Amino acid sequence: MSHHYTSPIREPLVEGNKTYHDITDDIAKATEGSIKPLWLVALLVCATIGLWGILNILYTIWYGIGVWGLNKTVGWAWDITNFVWWIGIGHAGTLISAILLLFRQRWRTGVNRAAEAMTIFAVMCAAIYPGIHMGRIWLAFFIFPYPNSRGPLWVNFNSPLLWDVFAISTYFTVSLLFWYTGLLPDFATIRDRARGLRRKIYNVLAFGWTGTAKQWERFESLSLVLAGLATPLVLSVHTIVSFDFATSVIPGWHTTIFPPYFVAGAIFSGFAMVLTLMLITRKLLNLEEYITIGHIESMNKVITLTGSIVGVAYITELFIAWYSGVLYEQYAFENRIFGDYWWAYASMMTCNVISPQLFWVRKLRRSVAFTFFLSIVINIGMWFERFVIIVTSLHEDYVPSSWLYYSPTWVEVSIFVGTMGIFMTLFLLFARFFPVIAIAEVKSILKVGGDQYIAEYARQDKAEGRGWVDGSYGAAAAGMASPKSPKDADYDKH
Amino acid sequence: MYNYLVGIYGDDDDLIQAVRKVKDAGLEIHDCLTPFPIHGLEKAMELKESRLHTAGFFYGATGTMFALFCMTWIQTYSWPLNVGGKPGFALLSFIPITFELTVLFAAVGMTVTYYLRNRLSIFRHDEVLDVRITDHKFAMVFDLDKYDSEEDLNRIKRVLQSTKVEEINLREMQHKVYSAEEQS
Repeated sequence: MSHHYTSPIREPLVEGNKTYHDITDDIAKATEGSIKPLWLVALLVCATIGLWGILNILYTIWYGIGVWGLNKTVGWAWDITNFVWWIGIGHAGTLISAILLLFRQRWRTGVNRAAEAMTIFAVMCAAIYPGIHMGRIWLAFFIFPYPNSRGPLWVNFNSPLLWDVFAISTYFTVSLLFWYTGLLPDFATIRDRARGLRRKIYNVLAFGWTGTAKQWERFESLSLVLAGLATPLVLSVHTIVSFDFATSVIPGWHTTIFPPYFVAGAIFSGFAMVLTLMLITRKLLNLEEYITIGHIESMNKVITLTGSIVGVAYITELFIAWYSGVLYEQYAFENRIFGDYWWAYASMMTCNVISPQLFWVRKLRRSVAFTFFLSIVINIGMWFERFVIIVTSLHEDYVPSSWLYYSPTWVEVSIFVGTMGIFMTLFLLFARFFPVIAIAEVKSILKVGGDQYIAEYARQDKAEGRGWVDGSYGAAAAGMASPKSPKDADYDKH
Repeated sequence: MYNYLVGIYGDDDDLIQAVRKVKDAGLEIHDCLTPFPIHGLEKAMELKESRLHTAGFFYGATGTMFALFCMTWIQTYSWPLNVGGKPGFALLSFIPITFELTVLFAAVGMTVTYYLRNRLSIFRHDEVLDVRITDHKFAMVFDLDKYDSEEDLNRIKRVLQSTKVEEINLREMQHKVYSAEEQS
């Protein structure tokens, strides 16, 4: 097996001396057996919250958006804040599966499946908001260009809001295809462990996948091209979302820095949500050997990078406002920091700029409890970022007599909490019936990422005098894998 | 009824070595079925390279042309709306939608082609050669309707036994198993 080699300095991606069969067992097990009471309770709670949200959406549609707290200047508030927040969260999945695939980051195999699922559910939640914000949702199809009897009167192709329609529907479609096609082989794995009706259902889900050489060869080709297409797509989606603001002439929105700043923020919040969910999932489904501390650390590094970009963007905005000498621009930022919504700005700065910097400490970014805590902090911080950008830029416009303080009504709060319920309901269903980790992909990296193999390479290196000068290098790496699989004799089996 | 001989391997590297050996012996491999993609297998089996990415390029180019044509036609000919005297044909502001439709057409086109070419369908039967293939075993399949004499069968078995094969099974299938050639 000389063509598989990983430097022993690498941390294992799959721990616990796994065989291919162990991987199948560990991951497929979660979809089998009787339903756990804890899962059922969680599902009922989330579904109830989701239903409450749907009732409030219906209430909004029935009575109109007057039931929200919008006023003369603040015409966009929680709805668009939540829309951007959910879309941002939906950026991690495709980033992990597409960009990290192009960069050959093998650790993505442990988390890509769940992250992509999260992307799809988050985009579904996001899409609710522009829909209900239209007021007359039954006319929502007007946003699509289609030949009609009104002239034909077309949509405005020069408007970023229309670009958003295209960007988000494309993003949703491509993410769904990417995710589902990746699921086929794993559904087939579950099918081949099942009998009777369950076997029939999973066969339909797997589209009759058998794993022929040609299927796999094309699968690799398809994944690579889709990844190549999805990479600029991810970047374009939040760029276009930022255009919704940046192409306007509102002080505080009219900023050229918005596209990269929004994209970084989206990845930042997306990874935070992936961590929040995966830390719970890995614990409940006993997947600690597949989503290792190394995986968590890698994601925390991405969080530190994107968080720092976001921090630099905040400060750049302030500097440019001052340096531009534009009175209105300066006032917009002064108002953000010292105005009525200072608490939102302060929360945003603390959560997004200061907190990710704590991950420079290795101990903290490798701590599960701390990562979980910080992922929640970042989720909150990124919500406040959108709230600050949207509401504080609007609430004091050019006419001081129309200045008002905006607060949400219980309907808006319920809809937001409701989308979290919908999101969690979908995620719980996914975690129960779908393989949460890409089984085939993890198997394909076992020989380069499995702890027993890495230890074996270290041993070979040491025996052949490669590696670090003092020779302790290989032994140290071998020791790294040993806590999980102490029996050296086991390695020789492979 | 279709008859196949299935050689079962326990490791991906063993399968690749075996494929080379069997090819050298001049036997025709019907197909190899594996639980995950194995790099180099398609080369060892001497399969034609997939043209899916080429198709993807043409789907994408169709999307580009479609988006540019539609937006231009709508804004300059079908209903030229005058917005502050700005030009109807505004290439810069067509770029985002053109890009999105390029990606959409390429992705949807390639995926549909992928499913069609691999005969993947929700109506497909669930008969498989061996249920362990999607788990941890690697299979090399021979078509016994092609190698139908006792002599051929023994020859295949002899060659396989010189590799690290774990089991040699004879399998009678209700449905045809398409060969790698037929799938190409």
